[in-house]
Amino acid sequence: MDSFQTTWAPLLYLVAGILFILALRGLSSPATSRAGNRNGMIGMAIAVATTLALVWNQLDLETWGLILGGVAIGGTIGAIIARKIPMTDMPQLVAAFHSLVGLAAVLVAAAALYSPISFGIAGLEGIKAASLIELGLGSAIGALTFTGSLIAFAKLNGNMSGAPIMLPARHLLNILIGVGIVALLVVLIQTHGQAQWAFWGLTVLALILGITLIIPIGGADMPVVVSMLNSYSGWAAAALGFTLGNFALIITGALVGSSGAILSYIMCKGMNRSFISVILGGFGGDDAAAGAAGADADRPFKRGSAEDAAFIMKNASKVIIVPGYGMAVAQAQHALKEMADKLKEEGVEVKYAIHPVAGRMPGHMNVLLAEAQVPYDEVFELEDINSDFRNSEVAFVIGANDVTNPAAKTDTTSPIYGMPVLDVENAGTVLFIKRSMGSGYAGIQNELFFRDNTMMLLADAKKMVEDIVKNL
Amino acid sequence: MKRALLTLSAASFALPAFADAGGIDSTVFLAAIFALACFVGYYVVWSVTPALHTPLMAVTNAISSVIIVGALVAAATVGLSSDNWVSKTLGTVAVILASVNIFGGFLVTQRMLAMYKKKGD
Repeated sequence: MDSFQTTWAPLLYLVAGILFILALRGLSSPATSRAGNRNGMIGMAIAVATTLALVWNQLDLETWGLILGGVAIGGTIGAIIARKIPMTDMPQLVAAFHSLVGLAAVLVAAAALYSPISFGIAGLEGIKAASLIELGLGSAIGALTFTGSLIAFAKLNGNMSGAPIMLPARHLLNILIGVGIVALLVVLIQTHGQAQWAFWGLTVLALILGITLIIPIGGADMPVVVSMLNSYSGWAAAALGFTLGNFALIITGALVGSSGAILSYIMCKGMNRSFISVILGGFGGDDAAAGAAGADADRPFKRGSAEDAAFIMKNASKVIIVPGYGMAVAQAQHALKEMADKLKEEGVEVKYAIHPVAGRMPGHMNVLLAEAQVPYDEVFELEDINSDFRNSEVAFVIGANDVTNPAAKTDTTSPIYGMPVLDVENAGTVLFIKRSMGSGYAGIQNELFFRDNTMMLLADAKKMVEDIVKNL
Repeated sequence: MKRALLTLSAASFALPAFADAGGIDSTVFLAAIFALACFVGYYVVWSVTPALHTPLMAVTNAISSVIIVGALVAAATVGLSSDNWVSKTLGTVAVILASVNIFGGFLVTQRMLAMYKKKGD
């Protein structure tokens, strides 16, 4: 071993790991975030270059071809996707990327099993037990992340209904699969890695587990699922980091693992639900609304037109806009920005209020507003703006519902009781843009729709906002 | 020639034995780094502003693709045994997958972050 392998390479991997930490640190404010992202890219370049230097003597022409070809193919695909993807599709893109990390982890673990010498994990008899545990776990978590993310992708992308799919005895089934994975891991260890079938067996079981774990979870719980899979992809990377003895991989795995776990926690808190209850699944779904909404179909409510809405807002001194998933679906963010600009010309103060679980992934609404060039200092989190509604003439709710439902504060029997909500009812007038009078994903009627100071604007969000702009 | 390379590769990647680390078991040493990194991650992620949670997910995606280091080692496996060819093939496919993520993840993050503007910018 020369000094590059024993000293410089580990140090360079450590530098890469630190640059990754700085990449996340940069995200503490939009102003520093771009520099942070550059740190991440430099870190990645260092990690890749260091690895190539370590295997330099093994790089014949053919191997160079495989590696450069692989990077060129993958890089091109990635770059095209990054450029083309509409911002509204970000949740499914992130899910798709998670699945790739998961699959890559499975492949690397398998490669380590097949050529332990290259990975330096060969022991006196076969492969070292510790390494087998690491690569077995890495592969299992990677496989679970792979199929789980594919299901999340299909649900978010609309290839699959967002409604929960309940398998009979699914908890028992999942436990049995989990036991099977552990049993096969034991076989793998006891045969010192000779039983490659056990490795593939546990990988296949984990692939199945990814499906059975995610299909019972409803579309609206996807922010938690996507965050959780983010976390898993990190733990899979960390497990393989141990196999490879690689600082960059271990540090990254820990960062990504914690990041996903914290985001899951924030999302669960935003819904006032326990992580366990989300994971066990069965809550809500896209169509769960229909039944509950029917009962109230005859209740009187005030319906307004674009003209009415424009008139009310034009005469207000302060308007708070509350965007939700409906805005994303209707792609209404650009029209909304135009409306806000017109209002500002009229001397109206405009702010945006974002609920932590608005949309289908953490921060989803913020990205869409940023895309429409809404300045980020006009966009506020729930706790920072909630007391402001009472000083506002208008709360303009576009494509959000449950996150404004006062039942969460008053009705102890409501499924969303205890969830933090935006106090839109404190504003002088509440304008709701909705496609129909149906209830939200939780299938709960929103009392606000029938109040005197509420006006329902029933139409497609984008079309309604455009009509309002015309009337301003 | 191939034989010589194989011997070389044996030593090439693993963490060096910690002869100078007071004889600490290498797995324990790595576990220490992992535990500390979890704490660093915890504090760093809590300081991320909620407005940037979507870019956070995109960039964590990109950096977790540092798994490409394992893929490169696998793709660079030498020797003519069939197991080595399995490794080489799996490694190459993993290089492609990780590259999609690295380029896609960093570039989409960059694209998103470029959109965040202050009033008057």
